[in-house]
Amino acid sequence: MEQQLKSLRQEAEATMAQVADLESLNELRVKYLGKKGVLTGILRNMGGLSPEERPKIGMLANQVRDALEGLFSGKEAELKQKAKADRLGREKIDVTLPGRLFLQGHRHPLSLVQEEIEEIFLGMGFQIAEGPEIESDYYNFEALNIPKDHPARDMQDSFYVTEEILLRTHTSPVQIRTMEKLFPSLPVKVICPGRVFRKDDDATHSPMFNQVEGLVVDKGISLADLKGILLEFARQMFGPERQIRLRPSFFPFTEPSAEVDVSCMLCGGEGCRICKGSGWIEILGSGMVHPHVLKMGGYNQDEVTGFAFGMGIERIAMLKYGIDDMRYLYDNDLRFLRQF
Amino acid sequence: MRVGYKWLKELVDVNLEPQVLADKMTMAGIAVETVENLAQGLDRVVVGEITAMEKHPNADKLWICQVNTGSEPRQIVTGAQNLKTGDKVPVALDGANLPNGVSIKPAKLRGVSSNGMLCSISELNLDPADWPEESREGILILQPDAPVGQDFAVYLGIDDYVLELELYPNRADCLGMINVAREVAAITGAQLKLPPWADGAEPELPAGEKQVKVSIEDPELCRRYTGMLIEDVRIGDSPAWMKQRLAAAGMRSINNLVDITNYVMLEMGQPLHAFDFDTLGGGEIIVRRANAGEKLVTLDKAERSLDESMLVIADSQVPVGLAGVMGGLDSEVIDKTRTIMLEAAHFAGANIRRTSRSLGLRSEASLRFEKGVNAANLLAVQGRVAELVLQLGAGRPVGPVVDSYPVQVPPVSISLNTARVNEVLGLNLEDAQIESILAPLGFKLEWTEKGRLQVHVLPYRADLNLEVDLIEEVARLHGFDKIGTTLPSGNTTLGKRSEEQKLKLRARHLLANCGFSEVINFSFTGPRALDRLGLPPEHPWRQEIKLMNPLRDELSLMRTSLIPGLLETAARNVSRRNVDLALFELGYVFFPADKEMKSLPEEAYKLAGLAMGVIPKAWNHPQTEMDFYFVKGALENLFGELGADNCSFAAAEDIPFMHPGRTAAVMVRGKKAGFVGEIHPDVQESYELPGKAYIFELDGSQLFEASGARAEFAPIPRFPAVTRDMALLVDAEIPVEKVYRSIRRAGGNLLREVRLFDIYQGAQVPAGKKSVAFSLVYQSGEKTLTDEEISALHNKIKKTLDQEFGAELRQ
Ligand SMILES: [Zn+2]
Repeated sequence: MEQQLKSLRQEAEATMAQVADLESLNELRVKYLGKKGVLTGILRNMGGLSPEERPKIGMLANQVRDALEGLFSGKEAELKQKAKADRLGREKIDVTLPGRLFLQGHRHPLSLVQEEIEEIFLGMGFQIAEGPEIESDYYNFEALNIPKDHPARDMQDSFYVTEEILLRTHTSPVQIRTMEKLFPSLPVKVICPGRVFRKDDDATHSPMFNQVEGLVVDKGISLADLKGILLEFARQMFGPERQIRLRPSFFPFTEPSAEVDVSCMLCGGEGCRICKGSGWIEILGSGMVHPHVLKMGGYNQDEVTGFAFGMGIERIAMLKYGIDDMRYLYDNDLRFLRQF
Repeated sequence: MRVGYKWLKELVDVNLEPQVLADKMTMAGIAVETVENLAQGLDRVVVGEITAMEKHPNADKLWICQVNTGSEPRQIVTGAQNLKTGDKVPVALDGANLPNGVSIKPAKLRGVSSNGMLCSISELNLDPADWPEESREGILILQPDAPVGQDFAVYLGIDDYVLELELYPNRADCLGMINVAREVAAITGAQLKLPPWADGAEPELPAGEKQVKVSIEDPELCRRYTGMLIEDVRIGDSPAWMKQRLAAAGMRSINNLVDITNYVMLEMGQPLHAFDFDTLGGGEIIVRRANAGEKLVTLDKAERSLDESMLVIADSQVPVGLAGVMGGLDSEVIDKTRTIMLEAAHFAGANIRRTSRSLGLRSEASLRFEKGVNAANLLAVQGRVAELVLQLGAGRPVGPVVDSYPVQVPPVSISLNTARVNEVLGLNLEDAQIESILAPLGFKLEWTEKGRLQVHVLPYRADLNLEVDLIEEVARLHGFDKIGTTLPSGNTTLGKRSEEQKLKLRARHLLANCGFSEVINFSFTGPRALDRLGLPPEHPWRQEIKLMNPLRDELSLMRTSLIPGLLETAARNVSRRNVDLALFELGYVFFPADKEMKSLPEEAYKLAGLAMGVIPKAWNHPQTEMDFYFVKGALENLFGELGADNCSFAAAEDIPFMHPGRTAAVMVRGKKAGFVGEIHPDVQESYELPGKAYIFELDGSQLFEASGARAEFAPIPRFPAVTRDMALLVDAEIPVEKVYRSIRRAGGNLLREVRLFDIYQGAQVPAGKKSVAFSLVYQSGEKTLTDEEISALHNKIKKTLDQEFGAELRQ
């Protein structure tokens, strides 16, 4: 019997080595270790053994059972591992195929740039103010130190609805509206984005375009503060290396007034096609709020000062994205919109 | 204003490269648009003399010329046939790069060496009109006295640069060379060299035979009028130097007298006008408003109808000139004119502007009067004219100059607080520095106390009236680049968007994330836009606000809806084969607040979109048609994400441009706030769209008012949810939403979720019926529901549906 057990073990071990799948392994397990298996069969004959031999053979049988159990579970783990590995191999997919399509629309570049400008100024503590697109002559001109027959009205030919009502030619009327609304609180610190309209229509002018106006009024506001705010804006918008330059200019509602140039983002100031060799690109107009305008807004011109600036969103967007023709912006061709 | 650099240098001792000066001026507020080299391309072109000519041995049409150009003689082969020995001609030497792009190098022509080129008018880019007819063909033949070897540009007097100034409206003073020189002196510190006449007094002239009588009836419109008589007028040619300067300034020479008035205008900025004195009735000048119905034939031979807003120069009977705009034809100076009355006056700019606009008549004079001239200097101007008339022998100015000056503007004197200068500019200038910055302007400066500078402004700077005007002078003359950068130091402010601004921005993001691309259309539209929609005349969108002066008809009305713009954009895209579109726009539309347009219009914020075509197929999904439910889904998503509570959809059959069976009104808090649906086939045809299009438009203020609901946490149930499906047959016309609501109502609060997962109409169901299938999720917050409880509830729902819709259960 002892011999039988030993050969059983050897035989089981040898057969097991041939097994390649879990199913055959299970069959084998049943064959050797099952209730009607070979081992049980051998042990059934234990009754014929002497009482001395019985525990000895019993122990041996247990050893063989344990060893076989161990071998079976080892083999089983091995086969499972292998089966998993095989499955992983079979399940390979082409990961370079495109993913599930999510229909994504695109924001208009002017809208994106406007949002970016807003974010920059929000970060510097500005609020966003709005005003009507159809304005009174008073807010659009008179209150901004541009009386009737002022030559500066030539600079911006306007669309009129009546003698007294027109499409606003700039976002500057929101300056007055904001001051009227906020007076007497200080500081006034707003930007005013929006559509504006001028009677121009050619390759570089659109009869409708978008501006962002800025206004700060407080005690002790200086031209140096204006430079500081605009430098910060230029760097956030066009890169940390940018410099700005102020050129004296004229606007009826600011004095001193300045055009603001930013060092060319393409050549860094060396001179190139975009900056026409000068190294500088004009991006906005600005100045210290004219005392008459402060007064129109309700503030005491002797107690507070302020600065204002205005920029065309089109120009900023064209510079930022390298758009070379303004007409794309209002054409809304899907092939254009998709690029943003 | 075109400023000749040589002329400028006569008036101010400036020695900078023209471009350097231009940059300095620009950075000090006198913007120089361009610096033009008048001798561009004439480098190494000189005056030469042909000393000998012979025929080319190998070519019939070529000549071999020996040319003296000042140094050793050179041989030049030319094909021109208009030359003879002794002619003076322009010669381009080796290394010349001519204006027409030709570079000159030594060459051999048919075996004969040629060392340079004889030039024609076109090769030198000269204006043929400046040269006699016979010079326009072949090589340009110069005057016999042209100095051999002289630079051709010097010979022409165009070895010069012109600085083109782009003047701001407040600096009209720089429309005169004298004031430009003053400005250049102030900017560069160069010494001014103004001639004595620049600020001259009344000229001392011999008394003439005749006298002119001047009266000003409207001193508000004419502050000052001076008249000088010039007798024994001799009309003739102007000298070359004057012609050259006029040409450099962009003016053509006419005759000596006209040229003198133009020349003095360029020098002193003052427009002048000459009348034939003998044509003036009564020998009289009356400055008055025109009478209604009066007519005047102006110098351009057009008859002008005048009205009482216009200022005229009249003699004792009729208008003889439109003040400050253009003279009359009848008093024009002509060859036989014997005596001239020369006008130098000050007219109110605003009135000139209005007259010139209403007549559509602009002149060099009107442009200058509009911007403002210096009334204080008119006698100096007359003096300068007198001097030039004598110098050119153009006539005999006689005295006294008549001067009517009813409105004298007192001299401007401004007290400048130097602390204020530093405060406004963010500088730390000492009093002495401020004084030295302002000194070069030539104004008298007085310290009234420490920190207080009294500035006596000269009258030519009419733009300086307020303290802030002087602060600007300090800023620009000191240099904006010397001002530092700081940040406002006042109270800290919080930068944040208002709730409505947040919602507007959020809506843009959400619509883009639903596949719609943002467009920006013009706010104006045309009268045909709403015709294309087939809107009846009484439709509210027809109340468009009209522009008085539109660019063109199709941009003449303010939009009352975003829809026409979207449809036009779609049509434009379709014409370029972009046929699969999902677009949106957010923006304002406009309605009159009252019929008479007394108050500002109402501006309403709208959200609108359009979808058409397909979402193209890909390897992992089939092509999907854009349809009503795509757009509706986007809106539901928008409402959900904006936190807009109580938004719903109800069939709308009454929108004229929409498909009556495929359009829903969007209800916000129970009120109509827009629509969504398929466009009417007529509209599709009128925009030539290739397929169905789905559009929506929502009212922003209604939507935003209902938006912003804050999310509120509800505990997550700990007890299991059970899902049961329910498929039923109902009449095809019953809206599913009605069924849905009944299920909800019958299910009570143990029914957590109802989802429509199938809808079918066709062969498998009886005619006139449709099958709808819902997934119902049951769950309690307090306990695990038993099968019996769920079945009871499920059956209750079935029974309700049976009662309400005769719904038949499908198994
Ligand atoms: Zn550049």
